[in-house]
Amino acid sequence: MLKLEEISKVYRVGAFGGKELHAVSNVSFNVKDGEVVSLIGESGSGKSTIGKMILRLISTTSGNIIFNDANISTLSGGNLKEYYRNVQGVFQDPFSSYNPIFKADRVFRLIREEFYPGTPDREWDAKIEDALCAVGLNPEHVLNKFPHQLSGGQLQRFLIARALLLNIKFLVADEIISMLDASTRIDVLNLLAELKSRGLSILFITHDLSLAHYISEQAVILYRGCVTEMGATDHIFDNPVHPYTRMLMASVPRLDKKWEHGVVDLKEKHAAVTGCCAFYDRCPIADKSLGCDKFQPMLTEAEPDHFVACYRHVER
Amino acid sequence: MSLQVDNLRVYYQTLRGDVKALDGATFTLADGEIMGLAGESGCGKTTLGHSLIRLALPMRFIEGRVTLDGEELPIWDTEKMNDFRFKKISIIPQYAMNAMNPTRKIGRMTAELLGSRKVDFKDILPELKRRLDLVKLSHDVLDMYPIELSGGMKQRMVMVLSTLLDPSLLIADEITSALDVSSQKAVAEMLVEFRNRKCCNSAIVITHDISILYQIADSIMVMYAGQLAEKASTETIIHAPRHPYTKLLISSLPEVGVKYTERRLTGIPGNPPLLLDPPVGCRFRERCPIAFEKCIEIPPFVEIEPGHFIACWKEAGTHAQA
Repeated sequence: MLKLEEISKVYRVGAFGGKELHAVSNVSFNVKDGEVVSLIGESGSGKSTIGKMILRLISTTSGNIIFNDANISTLSGGNLKEYYRNVQGVFQDPFSSYNPIFKADRVFRLIREEFYPGTPDREWDAKIEDALCAVGLNPEHVLNKFPHQLSGGQLQRFLIARALLLNIKFLVADEIISMLDASTRIDVLNLLAELKSRGLSILFITHDLSLAHYISEQAVILYRGCVTEMGATDHIFDNPVHPYTRMLMASVPRLDKKWEHGVVDLKEKHAAVTGCCAFYDRCPIADKSLGCDKFQPMLTEAEPDHFVACYRHVER
Repeated sequence: MSLQVDNLRVYYQTLRGDVKALDGATFTLADGEIMGLAGESGCGKTTLGHSLIRLALPMRFIEGRVTLDGEELPIWDTEKMNDFRFKKISIIPQYAMNAMNPTRKIGRMTAELLGSRKVDFKDILPELKRRLDLVKLSHDVLDMYPIELSGGMKQRMVMVLSTLLDPSLLIADEITSALDVSSQKAVAEMLVEFRNRKCCNSAIVITHDISILYQIADSIMVMYAGQLAEKASTETIIHAPRHPYTKLLISSLPEVGVKYTERRLTGIPGNPPLLLDPPVGCRFRERCPIAFEKCIEIPPFVEIEPGHFIACWKEAGTHAQA
């Protein structure tokens, strides 16, 4: 359904844009129909940049994003509108997605003006009711309220309902539950899983490995804009191959076992390194003779449906 | 017994009336204990932490007694607390990223900070350098501005600053929530290391992330809607909680290893009550699956087993009646 082909994004930073920041480099992966793909990475790994490129909020520097056989960077006018009918995003902070001066249901009205101008009132109200029920909200409780009168979980579900009004096929969910409380976040997560079973594809962007494991079949792990490991979630979590993934797995706080007290690597990360493996300067097993200091390794298949970008693995 | 808090009530003054953010907290903290304070947002955990160090408007002290190492803290008087703040009781703030003065080099800022407590920077410099080594920061940071440090480095610098005068009690307010998983682990482990090296005697770690507490805390106290729900050792809270709220909270946490298709987790239905006009009796009553008639009275926070306190009529049973 959605295909990313070697996409890259270079930001111009510094005074007069004199420096380049490689936020995303040569990332390729696919999202199939009715599949949840998790995009996992720490802050600054480029995961949100990928989400924004898919939503065409920012342009790609190189590479193609293909949605149902159409290259989205060339879409314009009616075709672009059609694209947004199929693809929508929900972002991290539910409070900043709303204008606090207007009532929260204004987001529905804007959809109506843009996409359904001819719909009669009664039909539209029924549609809203269906969408709200689908996300587990009681229309009586949430309509006609200002954003500050609703909780974070309610607002976030409101935004998902807004996306559902359009009968979308693909949802970009960028850290949508990291601002919610423990008791409500699981409900929003279950809601996503339910929508998935109805055929919606989701790109689930997160830094939380346990959430990714809970909901997705496929996972992509990013480090400094490069894919370090990708494939079936089970394979990655049960058998992490890349040293970065292993470090992540070891530092996740778990409830069933305590941290192993080891030396935590605190070398500060620099924005991006070019001309060597992205993980080279923090890697405990880097080996110059394999070329770790010269090139970014390509993804190779470690086992069926499990790819890893590491020279040491190729050697083994 | 390092810290003893008796029936502490702190309200927020608003135009619509008092918000009862902390309504009767009674607990003790042992020497060398790291206590985790967990709960949803708005349950009063930050209010509790801040009232122990700086109780300023709109916070209003209602009643209660706080004793630290046998000395009563005048927490209702901001001026009098100056004698204790930073020396006996210290805090690592929630937004440690912004806690340092951006216009001063870190070394000079530290000197000014110590000067305000009549401590000479030169006397403490060797110790400061030892502590910087402990958190793996280079000594050069003292000649840098805060903007030159990354988020994780600033967090560690603030940790060193907060504990420089070896406070008896350290309050760590959401210190790991803005960090990446790898630096999260490092910062959390450093906190334990600080305690082990007696840089602080005991600590209260405020966080909404219970899995972090499981890694570092000796005991966990769970708050709900401004009141204490349960306090026990970490193992007990995680593996054998008694309060229905704690049970639901723990069971709603997704862990690595749980999949939607295999085991579906559920949240807690309903919302926490507004503290402007909290419900009478047990505040968890409306969301509680085991509530009964007795719950319209406020349950006492009683000890049901040594070190295990809960506030629940049903679970505490005969302990509560006595």
